[in-house]
Amino acid sequence: MTDLPGYPSRRSFLKASAAGVAIAGVAGTAQAEATPQAIPLEAYEPAYFTPEEWQFILAATARLIPSEGNGPGAIETRVPVFIDLQLADDYGRADDWYMMGPHDPTAGADRGWQTPLNPAQLYRQAIPAFNAWCEAQYGKAFAVLDTAQQDAALTALQKGDADLGDELKIFFATLLANTKEGYFADPMYGGNHGMQAWVYIGFPGARAAYREWPTRHNIKYPLGPVSIKGERA
Amino acid sequence: MARQEAKKDVVIVGLGWTGSIMGIELAQEGLEIVALERGRDQHTVPEFKYPNQIDELKYGVRFKNMQHPAQQTVTVRRNLDETALPYRNMGSFLPANGVGGAGTHWNGHTWRPQEVEFHLRSYIRDRWGEQIIPEDMTIADYPVSYAELEPFFTQFDKVAGISGYAGNLNGQIREGGNPFEAPRSEDYPMPPHPATYDSAKFGEAARALGYHPFTMPAGIASTAYTNPYGMQMGPCNFCGFCERYGCYQYSKASPQTAILDALKRYPNFSYRTHAEVLRVEKSADGKTATGVTYFDEATQEEVFQPADIVIMSSYQLNNVHLMLVSGIGQPYDPATGEGVTGKNYAYQITGGTTLFFKDEIFNPFVGHGANATVIDDFGMNQNDFGALGFIGGSYLFSGTFNGQPIRSMPLPTGTAAWGAAWKEGIGEWYGHSMTIATHGSVMSYRTHSLDLDPTYRDRHGRPLMRMTYDWNDNELNMEAYLTGQIEKFVDFLKPDAVARGHKLPGAHYDVRPYQSTHNTGGHIMSETPDTGVVNKFSQVWGMHNVFACGAGNFVQNTQYNPTGLVGALAYHTAHAIRTQYLSNPRPLV
Repeated sequence: MTDLPGYPSRRSFLKASAAGVAIAGVAGTAQAEATPQAIPLEAYEPAYFTPEEWQFILAATARLIPSEGNGPGAIETRVPVFIDLQLADDYGRADDWYMMGPHDPTAGADRGWQTPLNPAQLYRQAIPAFNAWCEAQYGKAFAVLDTAQQDAALTALQKGDADLGDELKIFFATLLANTKEGYFADPMYGGNHGMQAWVYIGFPGARAAYREWPTRHNIKYPLGPVSIKGERA
Repeated sequence: MARQEAKKDVVIVGLGWTGSIMGIELAQEGLEIVALERGRDQHTVPEFKYPNQIDELKYGVRFKNMQHPAQQTVTVRRNLDETALPYRNMGSFLPANGVGGAGTHWNGHTWRPQEVEFHLRSYIRDRWGEQIIPEDMTIADYPVSYAELEPFFTQFDKVAGISGYAGNLNGQIREGGNPFEAPRSEDYPMPPHPATYDSAKFGEAARALGYHPFTMPAGIASTAYTNPYGMQMGPCNFCGFCERYGCYQYSKASPQTAILDALKRYPNFSYRTHAEVLRVEKSADGKTATGVTYFDEATQEEVFQPADIVIMSSYQLNNVHLMLVSGIGQPYDPATGEGVTGKNYAYQITGGTTLFFKDEIFNPFVGHGANATVIDDFGMNQNDFGALGFIGGSYLFSGTFNGQPIRSMPLPTGTAAWGAAWKEGIGEWYGHSMTIATHGSVMSYRTHSLDLDPTYRDRHGRPLMRMTYDWNDNELNMEAYLTGQIEKFVDFLKPDAVARGHKLPGAHYDVRPYQSTHNTGGHIMSETPDTGVVNKFSQVWGMHNVFACGAGNFVQNTQYNPTGLVGALAYHTAHAIRTQYLSNPRPLV
């Protein structure tokens, strides 16, 4: 994708910004980068997940945002890597949240996050519990079910028919939210690999400068996305 | 044993909009002032700089610019019989943290309430009779009128740098502005912004339907601008990252862009960050404050800061909490209606109908936080409360604030939430929709209030504050009426698909989805000491050297975003301190 004739080059703007960052002593890149080569998901060593959990995450996200049809799926965009890194970080530990007790996990969903578990603990307890439900229902763990069974199992989890107990009932909503975050977040967090999800829907990422565009009605914006680190697609 | 700092003339608790306003206005009097801010220091550069700030996950979803509940939060119950539970992670409302406060991450919607909203109970009594006011609705007149506040609204407009077009200039109604607004003594300091496609389509439909569309007044610079303090703003480039973000290019009105660099030049002003005020200290007779005690994060100790005047200018919820733990005002008891501190907590009711057009292109990432065309034809002074069966008003608007895809992915009703159909849906519909939204008033009620929670404590061992709040029939009936009015636009614009997101009759307050950070009341203004916490000058009844700023002063919430009134009340208070109080410290009423 090239810059529009007559417009300041986005590339030069990014270069200027990155130079400013470098002077400030913060790690930054001085030029736009190509999408880096990524370790295959099968060879990826998770920062948080155990091997059993990793197999579940690969399989579950692949059904939540499948590869079939138009647009990339969770696997091509490396959503599992995003979730792994998030759970290993402050989000997984709920560092910013109020987690003091007493806890009432029986409270209705509209009362918000009331389980005593942080997100990392939630995944750790919910995945074996859900695998056990799949074993009971289908005779196999989730990751080795066929895709129709996986969709049925996820639907049961979503509807509460696969009851994992009060402390884990927020698991499906959390997994789905984290999967969409990984699909659409800036690629520096490990997902949205190559900004494929942004390209698919037409979101320009961190361009964030549209001075001439408010009055260009019903005209498609022509430029592809840039990422915070300066990747372009 | 607490450390003690040298005495100051003024201590300011919280350095957001009102703390910055009080700081610079009182600094001009030569007073020795220190401001105490719980969070970090923040500047346009480096904290809000491009491209780091353009990060939806970090700031839009993980709330890194916000108050963290681990630091401070509330518990919430919907009625007196429910057990309140902590608001453990952010959802419905987003108080801020750090220098600039919520003024750094707001959208810039800047309004003046209608004249009738200042004397609402009298207005209803005179027009329809008080019998139409439900028994548990505790609305009252503000002790200050629009006319008294008008010069201070104008002052705030100039300082913040508001873009818009006056619809009522000294009583003259002007085509293209809001004909239902209260009279302005001057036009906005900057012209209105251009309309994006959704906003323009809504405006055309509104005109065709006989309404009066105008451009949302925006705390977003439309031109280069220098404000009365000499602060400079640059025109907005519609980057699409306003709400939840600091502005990277000096376009959004904030304490940073409008006040702080000018304030920091006063040698008699200083500020300390990571300084969380734990309580206001009272004199032996309880009739004045002697200063405040804060927790110094760097030294991990309590510090006493003596001062002659205490300005409480933290976020509304935190101001009320600080009053409750400091024993300022008699705590309000929702069971009996006795007491004042914590009374008349209110909020905002919002909803939206999304219209999808498969062959039209909206570029939803092009926008700013106050990018909208608005109609006020269903505002407070246009609604016949007696005939409609509710008390309140709302503006309707359309315009995209951001197209960030994690949070802003509207899909037609019935689209799957995941799987192949969801993925197909986002490809088909992203960038092909517009939303017409409501923004309505919420009245005050006997049970809607704030008090101290009996169970949960904060990291300093203080009780958390408990919020009692739910949707009432009055507001839900208004939302149902407005939803019906929006259907006229749906019929006119003929979209390919629709999604309606409005609170339905019987809805209960859900703390999860973001609704608004328009939390109001709790230290309301009143004519007499027995009905509120502060007088018309935001001066605490019975403690004349304590002034409390912010939306906690709202007697009931208005139909508009609160910042315009918050700013005007702060300038009104600063003026009273400068012209009446300093020469003779005393109760001003």
